[in-house]
Amino acid sequence: MSYEIIGMVVLWTFLFGYVIVASVDFGAGFFNAYSILTGKDRILTAIIQRYLSPVWEVTNVFLVFFFVGIVGFFPSTAYFYGSILLVPVSISIILLAIRGSYYAFENYGSQGHRGYAFMYGATGLVIPASLSVVLTVSEGGFVDIMDGRPQLDYWALFSSPLTWSIVILSIIAVLYISSVFLTWYANRAGDTEAASLLRRYALIWALPTIITASGIIYELRSHNPEHFDSLMNLWWMFAISFIFFVGSVWLIWKQKNYGLAFILLIGQFAFAFFAYGISKYPYLLYPHLTVSDSVTNDAMAISLIVAFVAGLLLLLPSLYLLMRLFLFDDQYIAGKK
Amino acid sequence: MPLFEDPVFGSRMLTLLTLTFHIIFATLGVGIPLMIMIAQWVGIKRNDMHYIMLARRWARGFVVLVAVGVVTGTAIGLQLSLLWPEFMQLAGHVIALPLFMEVFAFFFEAIFLGIYLYTWDRFENQKKHLLLLVPVAFGAAISAFFITTVNGFMNSPEGFSIVDGQMTGVNPIEAMFNTASPTKVTHVIATAFMTSSFVLAAVAAFKLLRRSNHDYHKKALHLTMKVGLVFAVATAIVGDFSGKYLAEHQPEKLAAAEWHFETEAEAPLVLYGVLGEGNEPEYAIEIPYALSILAHNDPFAEVEGLNETPADEQPPLFVHYFFDTMITIGMFMIGLSLIYWFASWRGWSVASSRPMRWLIVAGGPLSILAIEAGWWMAEFGRQPWILRGVMTVDEAATQSAYVGHMFVAFAGLYFILGVGVAVVLTKIFKDNPVELELGEQGGDRS
Ligand code: HDD
Ligand code: HEM
Ligand code: HEM
Repeated sequence: MSYEIIGMVVLWTFLFGYVIVASVDFGAGFFNAYSILTGKDRILTAIIQRYLSPVWEVTNVFLVFFFVGIVGFFPSTAYFYGSILLVPVSISIILLAIRGSYYAFENYGSQGHRGYAFMYGATGLVIPASLSVVLTVSEGGFVDIMDGRPQLDYWALFSSPLTWSIVILSIIAVLYISSVFLTWYANRAGDTEAASLLRRYALIWALPTIITASGIIYELRSHNPEHFDSLMNLWWMFAISFIFFVGSVWLIWKQKNYGLAFILLIGQFAFAFFAYGISKYPYLLYPHLTVSDSVTNDAMAISLIVAFVAGLLLLLPSLYLLMRLFLFDDQYIAGKK
Repeated sequence: MPLFEDPVFGSRMLTLLTLTFHIIFATLGVGIPLMIMIAQWVGIKRNDMHYIMLARRWARGFVVLVAVGVVTGTAIGLQLSLLWPEFMQLAGHVIALPLFMEVFAFFFEAIFLGIYLYTWDRFENQKKHLLLLVPVAFGAAISAFFITTVNGFMNSPEGFSIVDGQMTGVNPIEAMFNTASPTKVTHVIATAFMTSSFVLAAVAAFKLLRRSNHDYHKKALHLTMKVGLVFAVATAIVGDFSGKYLAEHQPEKLAAAEWHFETEAEAPLVLYGVLGEGNEPEYAIEIPYALSILAHNDPFAEVEGLNETPADEQPPLFVHYFFDTMITIGMFMIGLSLIYWFASWRGWSVASSRPMRWLIVAGGPLSILAIEAGWWMAEFGRQPWILRGVMTVDEAATQSAYVGHMFVAFAGLYFILGVGVAVVLTKIFKDNPVELELGEQGGDRS
């Protein structure tokens, strides 16, 4: 395998990791706020805080891993995306910063301010929307090269239906992923009331997820036909993804084995996410930047891969320990520790 | 905002702003885990509740600081690409390795910090719980190591060559272990430990000044002042090596910091003062031979002056004040902690006098100021280069028209975060005074 493919696979995998763990976090914030509005907060808040408190920083590092890694493996992305994304990414950073720090402030400082909870919930939906703009930009059509420098056409970007369908998908997917995970977590904690509430949310958001995802494929057909064609060549991956989706919805419907339902959900998103990624190959920014023009030199690529393997050997056992203590320790989950 | 119409200027100011804010939390993030570790260790060894409680309370404040460190670090990490796209493209080819490895250090630190914080009462054996802190302290220090090698690379770009505008012969290891790295890394880490001890000492001294005369605070003060002294001395020693590095490899930075214009032997060290006509220092204190000693360990050695550097490659002369600030504070803190230590060893009452305590309170913010001053002098002193001798700041910056707006937005963000930290920290400790907590806990439980 060439270095650029190794690099891309590693980065895409970590981005996928971020999408899943961050969705759980973002969605949880929203449900928390929503439950306060509807007076059901006692049910959810405890569950959410027990799961999120120990892990929010780890979630953030997934994001940092992705952007540091992509600049390392594909330095030209720093030039292209750096030049055009100042405003949208700065907005995301500010929202992430407010969310992350107030999360810590709230947890260790003052408990239970309502205004804060609403802000926390709102950023949970706005952040995925603002980050998803980067994906839209990568589809091409919004960037012109002027005097040799890439420029973003904001008007074209914000008036495109593609942009808005991706934004909507990102929000709905966050709610769906998060509610499925929390259903399982609440159920393990033996909190049937919370579990049944979350299960309802999961069922509500299931169908919209699939509809918006299909909507994007439809939009792509006119926006970027080349990408659309290569997506269609991977139809079987989407088919597998859909089967996983049906499986997890069925389990949740039948109130059976929520753990398996969540695993199927990961499978569903993994297949769709990787099919999307593979179909995009070789473009990093359509049509200006491809994986092979932007890949770093061999010496750097080798050293990054060695560092990655070494890092992973350190990381996996630690992550395992974290999960064992907070995710798979029934007593902790149930609030007994 | 006409001020920010120039994207180069805007980018410099935004970088300045973010890093100045980040470094406060980053420094404490590197240093405080070590202090917690020491306190908890002493507590277990002596079976003294006070030290355990110290560790526990420091840890609680630490999380809040780390949270801000993490979010501002995420900001600067992205801003490097957003504001300096050309630089990151070039640097990505050569210096991406330590940046990438830093992420693993963050992972490692974040994971174990999460575990440490939520497992105070989950271990029978306290030592096991203490062990969880080792990866936290190690992860923080090693991340400072990695990022500082990147900064070293900007001062001393090595590990590649440029032939006909094409980069060749990239050696990431050589780039990481560039000539600037050894002194820079050790100085940065030593100052982080020093600053963290003095900041915690300031808190303890402040508590002692305000009503509370609890043994708990006295122990905290003793411990932090002792550790602070050790690292203050280490800081000065390594700072001296940093000066020698500059004299050898970046003479223009040292010359600008010292207002040393003509190359000469037996060079004096110029402290304070203002620049008069024809760049003559006025009202300055001159310490004969001292610059030659700082630069080359030899009072008669020749030190290169700023006039050897072409005019358009000279750093701004105001870095002199930053340099003075850093050194003055460094010397002051060594003196203060030495007096404190000696006086309490001999049982003299000055050690616990009110003026002494007020000085110690001042020492915390002063140490942070020294960190800022050191970085400002190091970074402004590299101008006009972003990568010394390879790429200038003008060539590297983004052309975006919105840098000024982003500056305002981030300034607002840091203001909110700054106020938030202050409010939350006061609240945590006010709502939960140590006397109460010690009473509640009672016995030997932690
Ligand atoms: C508590 C903070 C603190 C204190 C008391 C000192 N320093 Fe410092 N100094 C730093 C904090 C710092 C720093 C923030 O860590 C810097 C900025 C960039 C760097 O590499 O380290 C630095 C840089 C720095 C440099 C420039 C290195 C470069 O640009 O490559 C020199 C020559 C010194 N220091 C020398 C000293 C001396 C002789 C001191 C005498 C006591 C001293 N420092 C005290
Ligand atoms: C954290 C402590 C630091 C502080 C307070 C700091 C401060 C500054 C200041 C004052 C400037 C503006 C200089 C000017 O434009 O005249 C600057 C620029 C810059 N710094 Fe630092 N710096 C720090 C650490 C670092 C590190 C560790 C790196 C790299 C890994 C770095 C990378 C840069 C870059 C890329 C610029 C912009 C280019 C330039 O102006 O030279 N800084 N920083
Ligand atoms: C250009 C300069 C810098 C960049 C790009 C940078 C980048 C980052 C990033 C991305 C984070 C967030 C990590 C996370 O998500 O956990 C962070 C946090 C941190 N940084 Fe910086 N940093 C810079 C300068 C520095 C310096 C000079 C130091 C030390 C002297 C430092 C020490 C730290 C520490 C200790 C943390 C907290 C990490 C944690 O607790 O997880 N950084 N930095």
